[in-house]
Amino acid sequence: MISPVENAVPSGDASDGRLSVKFRVNGEQREVSIDPRMTLLDCLREVLHLTGTKKGCDHGQCGACTVHVGGRRINSCLALAAAHDGDEIVTIEGLGAPGRLHPMQAAFLQNDAYQCGYCTSGQIMSAVALLREPCGAADDDVREFMSGNICRCGAYANIVRAIQQVRGEQQKSSSPQSAGA
Amino acid sequence: MQSFDLVRASDRAAAVAAGAQSPTAQQGASVRFLAGGTTLVDLMKLGVERPERVIDINRLGLDGIHKEDDGSLFVGATARNSDLAHHPLVRSGYAALSQAILTGASTQLRNAATTAGNLLQRTRCMYFRDPASACNKRKPGSGCPAIAGANRMLAILGTSEACIATNPSDMAVAMLAYDAVVHVQGASGTRQIPLADFYVPPGRRPDIETVLVPGDLVTHVTLPLPPAGERSIYLKLRDRASYEFALVSAAAAVTLSDGKIASARFALGGVGTRPWRVSEAERALAGAAPSEAVFRIAADIRLKGARPQSHNGFKIELAKRAIVQAFKQATS
Repeated sequence: MISPVENAVPSGDASDGRLSVKFRVNGEQREVSIDPRMTLLDCLREVLHLTGTKKGCDHGQCGACTVHVGGRRINSCLALAAAHDGDEIVTIEGLGAPGRLHPMQAAFLQNDAYQCGYCTSGQIMSAVALLREPCGAADDDVREFMSGNICRCGAYANIVRAIQQVRGEQQKSSSPQSAGA
Repeated sequence: MQSFDLVRASDRAAAVAAGAQSPTAQQGASVRFLAGGTTLVDLMKLGVERPERVIDINRLGLDGIHKEDDGSLFVGATARNSDLAHHPLVRSGYAALSQAILTGASTQLRNAATTAGNLLQRTRCMYFRDPASACNKRKPGSGCPAIAGANRMLAILGTSEACIATNPSDMAVAMLAYDAVVHVQGASGTRQIPLADFYVPPGRRPDIETVLVPGDLVTHVTLPLPPAGERSIYLKLRDRASYEFALVSAAAAVTLSDGKIASARFALGGVGTRPWRVSEAERALAGAAPSEAVFRIAADIRLKGARPQSHNGFKIELAKRAIVQAFKQATS
């Protein structure tokens, strides 16, 4: 048999077709009542007011909307929010904040890895995910892994530098001398 | 986006029963299965896809990748493209498949996109994606503006008077070279469809792209065990070095014995209305010593019957050179 989306009971007026969806966003349990058409991107921005995630092309071509779902980066503009019931979601707001920046956020600052900043949260979400992916050591490998994030200002060179800096720091801290730290 | 009901299938039978309610499994379907969403949600935003009911099949346990008892590779329908490309069994035994997937799309898309979704992704022909345009694939009988229009990216093989749209998949090209079989659970039971028979030529009805009928749920794909010592490569030529569809691509898999070609399998992408393979060209290679001249003969056979459009005649020579280059790399 076909059941409604798990845990998705109509809320309010049953005829309006809204779905009640629960997921964890940046470590917090959230519950939203949304139209099935709503993308994860629109849900994050318009319902949860997490506006750090940006809408660029809205068709999976620019990467500005990149977020982590279950620890992996995806384009939130091509994800239906209600299909992510029960999932663990992390946005740029969940990485760090002024005064306690994620190392990748700090590296973007140090390396001047942005100009207008519109693509930056997507770039950083991809860059943080890349640290866990099987990406080769060379700058070209980083460029390939980052090709799903477009920067119209052309900050690419400094984005690669920022990522390589964090990877270098990570390697140092995980070298045999400091293993177990 | 048109309104739809979103439901989560509790098991495969429920998904099949729900899918069977649609009058068609092709363009215009009123019921669609949702996996990664990277094609479907995109086309729903554009108004190209207008399902009334969307069935989420992501939690049916169809995401496995493993070796079967007979040595073949089992690839679940909702296995993510990233997981497939980086899987040790794929990297070691089916290198061209890993390469093909990793040259397609971006990491974010590959993390969401699935095996079945990749096989069933739609053409990127701009007229198909624009509901304000005529398009025989989207609206049969409305015409094909691509034939006299922007067709540089479009097909030179398998076209018809009604449609010249290219199949955009890289993954399917490699799977075709590896003799993949698509496993389907449908309203009248399960069946196996060789990938070579999975896509249908556009003919007069380019809206019909596959042999799937309402209710058909792709459950997995199997790839037979490759011959011992086979070397394979996926070569992709495109306008940008990354994150771009193929102008031409070639998957080549070869085994050598005593310096001669014992077996050769190859398929082309970016040039056909479906992933393209010609066994005649493969037979031409069997028993020959690898050489540029021999590869060129196979390439000529492969491109026989190619029909260029106004802006894509360059693809014929480009495809031949891609075949030669792919075989040189696979045999060097």
